[in-house]
Amino acid sequence: MSGPSDYQPSHPAVKWLEQRLPIISLVHSSFVAYPTPRNLNYWWTFGAILSIMLGVQIVTGIILAMHYTPHADLAFRSVELIVRDVNYGWLLRNMHAAGASMFFFAVYIHMFRGLYYGSYKAPREVLWILGVIIYLLMMATGFMGYVLPWGQMSFWGATVITNLFSAVPYFGESIVTLLWGGYSVGNPTLNRFFSLHYLLPFLIAGVVVLHVWALHVVGQNNPAGVEPKTEKDMVPFTPYATIKDFFGVSCFLILYSWFIFYMPNYLGDADNYIPANPGVTPAHIVPEWYYLPFYAILRSIPNKLAGVIAMFSAIIVLVFLPWLDSAKTRSNKYRPLAKQFFWIFVITCILLGYLGAQPPEGIYVIAGRILTIVYFAYFLIVLPLLARIEKPRPLPNSIADDVLAKTGRATAPMVSTLIALFVASTLFVGGTGQARAAENQETPPSLSWSFAGPFGTYDRGALQRGLKVYKEVCSNCHSLSYVAFRNLSEPGGPGYSPAQAAAFAADYKIKDGPNDAGDMFERPGRVADYFPSPFPNEQAARAANGGAAPPDLSLIAKARSYERGFPWFIFDFFTQFQEQGPNYVAALMQGFESTPPAGVTIPEGSYYNKYFPGHAIKMPPPLSDGQVTFDDGSPATVQQYARDVATFLMWTAEPHMEARKRLGYQVFVFLIIFAGLMYFTKKRVWAAAH
Amino acid sequence: MTASTVDHPTRRDFLFVATGAVAAVGGVATLWPFISQMNPDASTIAAGAPIEVDLSPVAEGQDIKVFWRGKPIYISHRTKKQVEEVRSVPLSNLPDPATDQSRTKDGHEQWLVVIGICTHLGCIPIAHEGNYDGFFCPCHGSQYDASGRIRQGPAPLNLPVPPYQFVSDTKIQIG
Repeated sequence: MSGPSDYQPSHPAVKWLEQRLPIISLVHSSFVAYPTPRNLNYWWTFGAILSIMLGVQIVTGIILAMHYTPHADLAFRSVELIVRDVNYGWLLRNMHAAGASMFFFAVYIHMFRGLYYGSYKAPREVLWILGVIIYLLMMATGFMGYVLPWGQMSFWGATVITNLFSAVPYFGESIVTLLWGGYSVGNPTLNRFFSLHYLLPFLIAGVVVLHVWALHVVGQNNPAGVEPKTEKDMVPFTPYATIKDFFGVSCFLILYSWFIFYMPNYLGDADNYIPANPGVTPAHIVPEWYYLPFYAILRSIPNKLAGVIAMFSAIIVLVFLPWLDSAKTRSNKYRPLAKQFFWIFVITCILLGYLGAQPPEGIYVIAGRILTIVYFAYFLIVLPLLARIEKPRPLPNSIADDVLAKTGRATAPMVSTLIALFVASTLFVGGTGQARAAENQETPPSLSWSFAGPFGTYDRGALQRGLKVYKEVCSNCHSLSYVAFRNLSEPGGPGYSPAQAAAFAADYKIKDGPNDAGDMFERPGRVADYFPSPFPNEQAARAANGGAAPPDLSLIAKARSYERGFPWFIFDFFTQFQEQGPNYVAALMQGFESTPPAGVTIPEGSYYNKYFPGHAIKMPPPLSDGQVTFDDGSPATVQQYARDVATFLMWTAEPHMEARKRLGYQVFVFLIIFAGLMYFTKKRVWAAAH
Repeated sequence: MTASTVDHPTRRDFLFVATGAVAAVGGVATLWPFISQMNPDASTIAAGAPIEVDLSPVAEGQDIKVFWRGKPIYISHRTKKQVEEVRSVPLSNLPDPATDQSRTKDGHEQWLVVIGICTHLGCIPIAHEGNYDGFFCPCHGSQYDASGRIRQGPAPLNLPVPPYQFVSDTKIQIG
């Protein structure tokens, strides 16, 4: 790679190695002595952030693969067992799941930065195209990774995305069958997606090496967009860029940790906590937020093949960007018109993302079509035209001049763009939640929960009472198959002693066997056993309950949600509100009305419930006052039962929540101290350069 | 380096050292979950709880194999002859000296409970084989007596006795 190769080893062992494999001087010239423009701003730290994120995804992914089972019948459960049983499994899974979102968040900033400062222009075309290839690989990897937990969104996302290829004329169906390895998405599909999901990150890493290589050949672009002329324009990569990058990384880690420790499900979809069911499609299929703009483009074209072509073109057009935009001036800083169109384009992308999460109907479709046209017009009309008609402002003579001109000026504009972009992306991300369409749905009232917020803990009394309600009422129809009796005595749970948990388990009859004679037999439960299911199989559950199988309750508090609406989902990010599940459960328990409102007819065998989607629920009102008596003197009312059982089900869905929030607090204290130290270190190091 | 850093070399050094130290502490702490996840998970630990074994169907001279924590456990109902034999061997003849009394429970000397994993390289010895009326490991020819003690071959140690106790005359709890 380029840069002055002035590395002179002094240690004899290093000299010996250098004569045989000059790897240390390669690293030295690439990452130590490598000259970097001295006017780079913080948008340039996203390259380092992306490298770190790739590393985090690969490491956490390899670990998750040690515990994951890629089988259609076992995948969902194995992911739950990682979260529940593996040491720090919840942390590793959250890191990986939130990490994917953070990776895309960083790559979008990285791409928009390249777009704004003209980093794709000669001589950096190959560098840019390699970046587009990385982005495509990332999209494929992210998609296949999302399939692996084998929840409802995994399954139906896989179905929808693979069906894109059925648009291919003549060969479409054969291609899709080939992708599936069957006649529908199934176990072979899951297996190959797992294999490819493991492979692709290493391909990404390989292309990243090429990307960095190309970067080191042509040198970094910079905010002024003028090529470096003298040594005064440059500073060595280490310590200047390294320390700045690490400061950027430490700030990014704070955002990342916010999701890992406090909002692990904010970016996900509640439906993915329902195991894959090939017979039922979720009401609204929504991809992960990072695909939404392209999904909106796909849906805005009324023709299947044309829609698929438009969607792929929206990405492929980036490859031709270096030739579409032929303006000589690189940086939009000096292009008054291009700068405005750039921001229009950014807003277009965000709005497209928002539309991608909306139901494809009415105004959303029309808006989607207009924005699709704007998206392509930016690349195909605006940029080529601007190159011919725009008169750029005068460029600085050199990078050093640019730095001198800037000295003394506050960096406030940068901070404000950062905030603007952050709010915009929150809006965009929050848009995913919008898709839970509310068909005249009453929103469950927000209750105050002891487990809400950054320091939330479960109310032990409520957990114990909720367990009692589950045992005496819910367990007659609902299983709780991810919860073991031993969990009752684990820290962060209902707070029973191991002996109490063992006694509780012994009350249950567990089917075991076969014994030496080959017969199944019943024995008293042990702590290692899981709560037994009330029905032997789904068909039996269905038959006994008027055709609707009562769902397993282990994850119900995370698998049920409701629309928060604008602007609440933005505030939710900051207030860490994520109690939709327990709010819904508590509301549902109390939402039965014996006479439906006028004009609503409820089919025979169903009951009217204010909060149930569609209002007709097969479950009869399960709770009545005085049904369960509490030892601690809590009132024996439906309201109390509902609250307690919702608390209990929140715990069964998130048994390590207390550990998560506690560790999150420690990590935040650490990261804030570390970022502060990095800031002053960075200032001290750069003091020498100014 | 500019004048300011030369003026306050110690303060600069302190800042750099502090930042480096905090980064190192964070890095090491981050490593812990990545290593700890390799240990047995909670369900594996729970599944390794003690088990009870009913001895009543095991006749004299017979033995059974049960599994505890994924390990085969041999439970032998030894004959009087076997017990006398293993108790009369002088300890000086043994590569890994241990009395049979120390390897069985008082009052239940007919029962031998050992982990059936050869102490050489982990193969499973065959019961009632070999020159000592005990166990014979087919992998590399180690021979154990009816007390599970190594007598001949490459294995260095006796077959280990798992933690167990008699809950009644005909029932033991392993673990």
